[in-house]
Amino acid sequence: MRGSGTIALSAVLVLGACGVAGAANPSPQVSVPGGDFRSVLAPAPGQDVVRVPGFRLDETPVTNAQFSAFVRAHPEWRRDRVTRLFADPEYLSHWSKADQADAVLADQPVTRVSWFAAGAYCEAQGRRLPTWYEWEYVAAASETARDARNDSAWTQRILAWYGKPATAGLPPVGKTPPNMYGARDLHGVVWEWVEDFNSILVSGDSREQGDPDVLRFCGTGALTMQDKDNYAILMRIAMLSSMEGRYTTTSMGFRCASDLKSAQP
Amino acid sequence: MNRLLIFGLASVLVLLSAACAPKQEAAAPVATTTGGSVRGDLGPPQGEPVQAILTSPPAVPPPTNRKQPAKVVVDLEVQEVTREIADGVNYTFWTFGGTVPGSFIRVRQGDTVEFHLKNNPSSKMPHNIDLHGVTGPGGGAASSFTAPGHASQFTFKALNQGIYVYHCATAPVGMHVANGMYGLILVEPPEGLPPVDHEYYVMQGDFYTVGKYREKGTQPFDMQRAIDERPTYVLFNGAESSMTGPKSLKAKVGETVRLFVGNGGPNLVSSFHVIGEIFDKVQPEGGTHPQENVQTTLIPAGGAAIVEFHLEVPGTYVLVDHSIFRAFNKGALAMLQVEGEPNKAIYSGKEVDETYLGGAQASMQPVVAAAAALAAGTLSKQQQIDAGSILYKGTCSVCHQESGEGLANVFPPLAGADFLKADLPRAIGIVLNGLTGPITVNGTAYDSVMPPMSQLNDDEIANILTYVTNSWGNSADAISSGQVKQAREATGRPLGAAR
Repeated sequence: MRGSGTIALSAVLVLGACGVAGAANPSPQVSVPGGDFRSVLAPAPGQDVVRVPGFRLDETPVTNAQFSAFVRAHPEWRRDRVTRLFADPEYLSHWSKADQADAVLADQPVTRVSWFAAGAYCEAQGRRLPTWYEWEYVAAASETARDARNDSAWTQRILAWYGKPATAGLPPVGKTPPNMYGARDLHGVVWEWVEDFNSILVSGDSREQGDPDVLRFCGTGALTMQDKDNYAILMRIAMLSSMEGRYTTTSMGFRCASDLKSAQP
Repeated sequence: MNRLLIFGLASVLVLLSAACAPKQEAAAPVATTTGGSVRGDLGPPQGEPVQAILTSPPAVPPPTNRKQPAKVVVDLEVQEVTREIADGVNYTFWTFGGTVPGSFIRVRQGDTVEFHLKNNPSSKMPHNIDLHGVTGPGGGAASSFTAPGHASQFTFKALNQGIYVYHCATAPVGMHVANGMYGLILVEPPEGLPPVDHEYYVMQGDFYTVGKYREKGTQPFDMQRAIDERPTYVLFNGAESSMTGPKSLKAKVGETVRLFVGNGGPNLVSSFHVIGEIFDKVQPEGGTHPQENVQTTLIPAGGAAIVEFHLEVPGTYVLVDHSIFRAFNKGALAMLQVEGEPNKAIYSGKEVDETYLGGAQASMQPVVAAAAALAAGTLSKQQQIDAGSILYKGTCSVCHQESGEGLANVFPPLAGADFLKADLPRAIGIVLNGLTGPITVNGTAYDSVMPPMSQLNDDEIANILTYVTNSWGNSADAISSGQVKQAREATGRPLGAAR
């Protein structure tokens, strides 16, 4: 259903008629009430609770169809026009055309996008990338609990995704059950960019301040973690740590967030 | 070779400086230590860069055969692959070079190694490599942290000789290692290793699956089991049948085999043993003082050893972790098949297989009497029953019980057994050939295995059956050794039977 809608929409856009509702519109957002949260990464020495203000988050990751619409509206982000400083050579290389994702990919989360491109997409929607704490805060929730991180069945389910080879195709977005905040696909679909991915490295404990490579050694990385058993989150952090802003991979996508006050109705 | 020279030189020095004690002492350490990393820098690389030959287990790259330090380029690609861990059981491994353990790397002490770590674009995870053969923080881990679809490069000088583990050190490191991300790098001593007939690459690892041992299907990694250190599998070279049957390691009598044995862990240490061999030499890690005549050698997680032995007798030698339940219930078992002429002077094979009754030995007299009577042609039924009673206690009563009642639902009864009475010639065949599969005895179903008892001779079987068919209320004519002989000749040797 959604797939055929996307094709029709693409045709309309090619004809130059804009503003049609459909899969290429930005994702609906869920409202996330603020709260205190014990992050895996301590915000400062001796402080282990993070205050996350209320915000809004896309219900699902950004799809290829949505990103296609963005690329056509902002052709400087086409893979054949983007500057290499902002995206590596594999950027959007899974599309057969430079300005449009293949129909079969339409509802799948967009991957092979750089952090710069992801940020530009969100900005074009009047949104921004979520911060690590915002992402971690929402991703700690299961369908039934706001903080499910001690639920071993839930964490095992997340870990199972890591055991699946990345060569399998991605599922369409929105097929996993919504969590307590109504957000979907935070686990088991793709990795996701966060706004401050590059500063995660220096958020560890004071002994490692000044050593931005701290997480690159598993051993020291594990020492700075407050929740060493939370491998599901640990792996997210490791993945983000391995990236540079222009990098793209087959499993790295994103979604957008916005502040409550600036949120669109 | 060089060591011999050095040793000779030291002796000469001793002779020359017999009157000069301090010099004599100063010379001694040259012969007994390698000097470690302090002496490992053999100068800048010479000649054109060399591309390292990488091999998949159990193969080992050829010796470098170099006399000079070189620049060696290593290209290693990380691949996340799904393949069989056991028959019908799939697992997603993370690998260095597509195999578990990863590709074997061979360099020479003093070499400058330019290392290129590539992470396949289809990978889901970032990876890196920590080589225990590297001198420098993290063993290369920080310099090789690589996102999917990217490549990293770093360079190190191999200062210490020895056999070293490498592994992925990306958080969470335990999971990366548990998924198979380890391998071995050999840093040859400058003079190389002495030549042998075969070199093989064997590496142990423990694996943690959600499903039980040999539970079919695709099995995900089980984090809790890994934290609890309760592996589902303990394997050599990443699969239960990696080196068994047609994939067994091969060698011939008279040859010397060198095994590079590593242990990737993540959790267990290995009590490495080869059943039927004694290691002539074990060189743990980078040691230059091999231990000799070793039965079982410890390979720590994240450690390795070079093991050598000379083969005298043909047959199948079984490589195990002698923490023995791992070998027989978790898969830590591999085979070395050795061909060649038997050497009875060293190992005879089975020479004697006879009944032993311990303290009851004295009562073997009826058996001896029956044998004598048979030879004299005077054997009576009662003599057969008396002899059979003794033999039955030694061979049959463990299962069928002294009472002949068997064990309910496991071992069928012989006392008053309709199955026995119905077909006595069949009973002779069962003793000779064994019996496997479902039968019904006195209305009760049994589905069990009786091994062939063909190690017993014809008159022993005749006596046992005469005893059985004339005890506990059973009654029948005596069975003669001639009948048994006839039955034995009519059937082939059952698989695995004595003769």
